[in-house]
Amino acid sequence: MQIRSHSEEETLNLGKALAELLCPGMVVALYGDLGAGKTALSRGVARGLGIAEPVTSPTFTVVQEYRTPGGIWFYHLDMYRITDEQAALAFGIEEYLFADNAIAVVEWPERIGGLLPPGAVLNITMTHAGENQRWLELPDDIGAHLATSQR
Amino acid sequence: MIVLGIESSCDETAAAVVRNGHDVLSNVISSQMALHAGYGGVIPELAAREHLRNISPVVQEALAAAQLTIADISAIAVTSSPGLIPALLVGNAYAKGLAAAQGIPLIGINHFLAHIYGSFLGQPEILADRSSYPILALVVSGGHTAIVLIEADGSARILGSTLDDAAGEALDKAAKILGLGYPGGPVIDRIAKTGNPQAYAFPRGLTGAGGKAVKPEHRYDFSFSGVKTALLYAVKDKTLDEAGMADAVASYQEAVMEVLVSKAMTAASDFAAPLICCCGGVACNSRLRALMTKETARLGRRLLAAPPKFCTDNAAMVAGLGWHYLRKGLVDDLAMGVEARLNRSLGVLPFASG
Repeated sequence: MQIRSHSEEETLNLGKALAELLCPGMVVALYGDLGAGKTALSRGVARGLGIAEPVTSPTFTVVQEYRTPGGIWFYHLDMYRITDEQAALAFGIEEYLFADNAIAVVEWPERIGGLLPPGAVLNITMTHAGENQRWLELPDDIGAHLATSQR
Repeated sequence: MIVLGIESSCDETAAAVVRNGHDVLSNVISSQMALHAGYGGVIPELAAREHLRNISPVVQEALAAAQLTIADISAIAVTSSPGLIPALLVGNAYAKGLAAAQGIPLIGINHFLAHIYGSFLGQPEILADRSSYPILALVVSGGHTAIVLIEADGSARILGSTLDDAAGEALDKAAKILGLGYPGGPVIDRIAKTGNPQAYAFPRGLTGAGGKAVKPEHRYDFSFSGVKTALLYAVKDKTLDEAGMADAVASYQEAVMEVLVSKAMTAASDFAAPLICCCGGVACNSRLRALMTKETARLGRRLLAAPPKFCTDNAAMVAGLGWHYLRKGLVDDLAMGVEARLNRSLGVLPFASG
């Protein structure tokens, strides 16, 4: 189903609501063009997991690691600069995608589609719906929970 | 004392040999090395296993270029944070092995502080001069955008940093949006020279310029995700001719650089910093250098811009900073770990005057 976010702040709140549904070992594959709001949604997930520090773009660093107050890790990955699966394996991506004490969000996951852990991936696609508005395409059950949180 | 520096925190494998913290005897970066036959001609953008392949030849080359052998080295300094863990581990394991085999000290280096130190590599007298302090450092690269204050006793703190994208990333993503290729920094710099920087009114994030008040805690912080989105919508469904493209690029670059400069100058005034240093990959940008030169002159401050070869990732800054720790006896042991994140409490720097 699709959900419309009307602002960056709303995207942040959707991320917070999404965090309630995630458990360790899960990977969120976050698709969408430049400026579609992927990092804003990821920041919301981090906030939902109790991470208070700034959540900055992982484009250059490739991975940003955060420790949650609950003791698990939040890995924020960005495959924007990673050309293909081979390059991802070369830097050791499996350490982040198959960690059982971590929740991972991966931006630009299409670059490494074959490496995402089967059965543990939640796919979300973000698209532009105007300068401030965005569409989120996501599985029905997850979408229903998020839509409830918007009210 | 001669220190061998090793850097493998991100894309580049680098090694350098530096005497007494400032005399750079060699400075080798894998991507700039003549490729050996076995490399196949291409070094992927980012690969820990490439570090593994590069590290030994790069270190050998650094020693050879300095006309030294490993027996001449007093200590080994290696970047241990922040960075990509698998990449950092390669450099650290290599450095530990070498230090243990040679029986010489090992020093873990914070890459972010090494960038700041890079500004002073050729000019140790500035660091020794008490009247330079407090020093204000603007650290601008693909991964970092921050303002740091260094007191005369070496205590340093981050006054502000980006809340979302780094300045270098903002340039790279703009180049992507405009179809100008990668890396975006140099191409934006070049194209902007022929454009009108006032052609588009792009937002100046966290400056209050858009009429949105800036919270006091964000006085020295940055935000560049808004300007990226503004560019996206400004050029959407438009076909830009050469002049139109130059105008868009120049206006965008101006929006990014103006914020960097104005925030740095605000901090310099607030903390009465006589010296402002500018380092990191974006410090190569000619417009940033021009604006910094103009504004520091206007405010009667001294500007120290890192030489371009020490702006981008390199190991000379690592070896140079390492010497200062060595001199103070602040060395690590083989139990030293690596850290992905930048520790925001920077502690006391070993190179200040006090």
